[in-house]
Amino acid sequence: MATHEAVAEHHTSTGLDNTKLAMWAFLGSECLFFGSLISTYLLYRNRVLSGPTPHEIYDIPYTSVSSFVLLMSSLTMVLALAAIQRGDHRGLRVWLLATAFLGMTFIGGQIYEFTVFVEEGLKLQTSTFGSSFFVLTGFHGAHVTVGILMLLMLVGMSLAGRLDPAAEGARKVELIGLYWHFVDIVWIVIFMIVYLVPTNA
Amino acid sequence: MSDTQTSMEHVTDPHMADHPSPRKYVNIAVILSIVTAAEVAVYYISSLSRTVLVVLLAIMAFVKFALVVAYFMHLRFDSRIFRRFFVTGVLLAFGIFGIVMWIFFVVGSGPSPAVGS
Repeated sequence: MATHEAVAEHHTSTGLDNTKLAMWAFLGSECLFFGSLISTYLLYRNRVLSGPTPHEIYDIPYTSVSSFVLLMSSLTMVLALAAIQRGDHRGLRVWLLATAFLGMTFIGGQIYEFTVFVEEGLKLQTSTFGSSFFVLTGFHGAHVTVGILMLLMLVGMSLAGRLDPAAEGARKVELIGLYWHFVDIVWIVIFMIVYLVPTNA
Repeated sequence: MSDTQTSMEHVTDPHMADHPSPRKYVNIAVILSIVTAAEVAVYYISSLSRTVLVVLLAIMAFVKFALVVAYFMHLRFDSRIFRRFFVTGVLLAFGIFGIVMWIFFVVGSGPSPAVGS
């Protein structure tokens, strides 16, 4: 099959693409970063001396919809990769823009949620619960925002014809896709631990 | 190059050639949606004890996590070296969690609720 005949060898000591290896190493280190933040949140979420408690303030149906939106953005991201692997640049741009749109919807929802929480009396300095919650979800939101910028950059590169040949372009899309899926799996954990697991109170 | 050219000749990474079809990706997304709905449904079952609830939620989150990593991130089809890098990070994250809990609840008496007092 032409697929295997056209295989480009990776001239590295591992035989693997170094950029992809670096991305996986980076994602491994990000596990430690979010692991620390989630541990901190678990330590402090029950320590509320002032302000609202998690049970009082979380809106589970609202956050469930946000989670669903971010989960579906992983589907559109992987469909973007499948499109460029077929050499379909128009499909690539459509799916990348859909992913960016879903990401922006998630971030919009998070900004709204933060605004509501502040109005209800939960601020960064209100309690250790507030501090750990805003730092954890805020850093995740920052990661999603960086992902959206990278997706839009890919769309721009595709429009400028800088994702050719398709093999090199597919590699770039795959790397950014790995980052995007990572922020999705981090949210899977955050949604479960932060929102769904009940507090001791 | 045509925007709609769809030849698989464009695939130049041997691992990419093994990637699932778009139809399979959609099937995975449907499973993820169902599990998410189940997570939320379980949360509202008031008759469940906290322990059972936490175990069920952890299992469902693990299923979602594994599906995304295996299929959307293609770790199931890629080199084992990538898998080792990522699994090492996840295990170290669990290690950090264990050490933090040990420091606060075994060595100490839990975190101080000083802020906000």
